[in-house]
Amino acid sequence: MTQKGRNALLLTPAGLWLLVMLVLPLLVVFVFSFGERGAAGGYVPAFTLEQYANLPARWTAFKNTLILAPLGTIAALVIAYPLAYFLAVRCAPRWRTSLLILVIVPFWTSILIRSYAWIFILGGRGLPALLETVGLDDVRLINTPFAVLVGIVYGYLPLMVFPIFVSLDKLDKRLLEASADLGSTPWRTFLQVTLPLSIPGVATGCMLVFILLMGEFLIPSILGGGKVFFVGNALVDLFLQSRNWAYGSAVAMTLVAVMLVTVSVYMKFISRLGGQRDDISLM
Amino acid sequence: MRLYALCVYLFLYIPIGIIALFSFNAGRHASQFTGFSTKWYGKALNNPFVMDALETSLIAAFLTACLASALGTMAAIALQGVRGWLRTLFDALIYIAIMIPGIVIGIATLIALVTVFGWLNPLLAALWPDGATPPQLSMGMPTLVAAHTMFTMSLVIIIVRARLAGMDRALVEASADLFATPWGTFRQVTLPLIAPAILAGFLLSFTFSFDDFIIAFFVAGSETTLPIYIFSSIRRGVTPEINAIGTMVMAASLLLLVMAQLLLRRGASKPPA
Repeated sequence: MTQKGRNALLLTPAGLWLLVMLVLPLLVVFVFSFGERGAAGGYVPAFTLEQYANLPARWTAFKNTLILAPLGTIAALVIAYPLAYFLAVRCAPRWRTSLLILVIVPFWTSILIRSYAWIFILGGRGLPALLETVGLDDVRLINTPFAVLVGIVYGYLPLMVFPIFVSLDKLDKRLLEASADLGSTPWRTFLQVTLPLSIPGVATGCMLVFILLMGEFLIPSILGGGKVFFVGNALVDLFLQSRNWAYGSAVAMTLVAVMLVTVSVYMKFISRLGGQRDDISLM
Repeated sequence: MRLYALCVYLFLYIPIGIIALFSFNAGRHASQFTGFSTKWYGKALNNPFVMDALETSLIAAFLTACLASALGTMAAIALQGVRGWLRTLFDALIYIAIMIPGIVIGIATLIALVTVFGWLNPLLAALWPDGATPPQLSMGMPTLVAAHTMFTMSLVIIIVRARLAGMDRALVEASADLFATPWGTFRQVTLPLIAPAILAGFLLSFTFSFDDFIIAFFVAGSETTLPIYIFSSIRRGVTPEINAIGTMVMAASLLLLVMAQLLLRRGASKPPA
C-alpha cells in the first residue's frame, strides 16, 4: 500500500468520529437556532430569527457570565502571578518540580468535588461562624456572586499558574542580573524586564481560563444556589427543563459567537502588545 | 514570598483536606466533627446506587480511554505525513473540539443524536423482518462513550503528536535502510518510542471521562455515572457519605495522574534507544 493510502486509512476513523460527534452536532445546533419550538417542546423546522430576537429574555445569564468570567480571570491572574514568579525565579531548583506538580494536580481531579468543598467553608457553619466570633454577624457568603468568584478562582488557578511559570522559567536569568548590575532596583527590574517578557504566558493563561469560564455550569450551580447563574445554567434549564430546543440552540450559538469574538479581539490586543502566543501544553 | 506561596498552597489544598477529614466524621452532621470513624466508607461501598454508578463510570472511562488512544494514535501517526488542506482541516477540528465549551458539546450531541435516532428508528423498524423486535436506538452508554471519545481523542492526538515531533527521524530512516518493512519499523522503532505518550494519553482520557459531569449529564440517557450521582446528591444536601465517595474518587484520580506524569517524564528523559 502506498504511504498516502495508508495515511488515509489511519485518519478515517478519527475523521469520521469528528464528523459525526462534532461537526454534525454543531451544524444541528446552528440549523435549530433558526427553528421554532414544538407544542410539547423539541423542535419544529422553520426559518425565523425569532429565537435570536428573544435573546434579551436571558440577558441576566449573559450579564453574569460577562461580568464574572473576566473578573474571575483577573482575580486568578493576580493570585497566580506571584506564585508562578516564586516557582520560576525564587524557589530552590530541587523543590521546583514537586511544587509545580502540586499546583497542577488539583486541576485534573474532579472539579465537582472540589467546588462542593466550598459549601462547607462558605456555608453557615464555616467562615461566617468564624467571622461571628470576631464580631461580624450575619455575613452571608454561600449563594452569592462572591462564592461563585471564589469557586472560579479556586477551580482554575492551576491553569493560570502553569503557562506563566513556563514563560518565566524560559526567561534568561542573566537579564535580571544585568539589570541589577546596571543599578536598577528590584522593583524596576521586575517592571521593565520580567513583566514584559512574561506577557505571552499571562496571555495564554488568561485565554485558557476565560474560555473555560464562559461555558461554566457546575460552579455557579453548586455555589450560586440558583441566584447567580451563567449562560451554562440557562442552557441546562432550556434543554432539560423547558425543552425549548430552538431557543436553547440560539443561546448556545450566541455563547460560542461571543466567545469567538472576545477571544479574537483579545488575541489582536495581545499581539499588538508585542507578545507571541506560545504553544503550551497542560500536562 | 515563601509565605505567600504557602498561603496559595493552603488555599488549594484546605478544601480537599476538609472533605477528606469530614469523610471520617462519626457524626451525621456534615459540619461538626464528632469523632473518627470509617463507617461512611462502608456505607458508600454498600450503597447499590453508588456501586452501580461507579460501575457505569468505570466502564465508560475504560472504553473511552481504549478508543481514544487507539484512534488518536492512528491519527497522530498519519498526520505526520499529511500536508495541505487535510492537515488544516484536522488541526481546525481538533482546535474546535478543545475550545467549544463542554456544555455546548453536550447539548449539541444530545439534540443531534435524538433527531437522527428519531429518523433511524422507524426506518429500522420498517426494514426489520416481521415478528422480530427491531432494535431501538437511544441515548445511553454507547452515546456517552462516543461523546467522551470525541474530546479525549483530540487530546491524545496532541500528546502523541508532540512526542512524534520530538522523535529522531533518522531512526525511522535507518530502520528502512536496514530493510525493515514499514510495519516492522513501526512495531520495533516508532511504537516503543511513543508508548509512554500513548499510555499517558490513555490515563488522561480515563481520568477525563471518569470525572466529566457536564457532557455525561446530557448524553448518558438513563445511565447514571458517578459524577451525575454526586451532583444530584449534593442538590439534596451535604452528607458524610458523599465526602467518603469524593475522597475515594480524588485518591483514585491522583493515583492515575501521578502515573501519567511519571510516564510522560520517563518518556521524555529516556535517551533515544
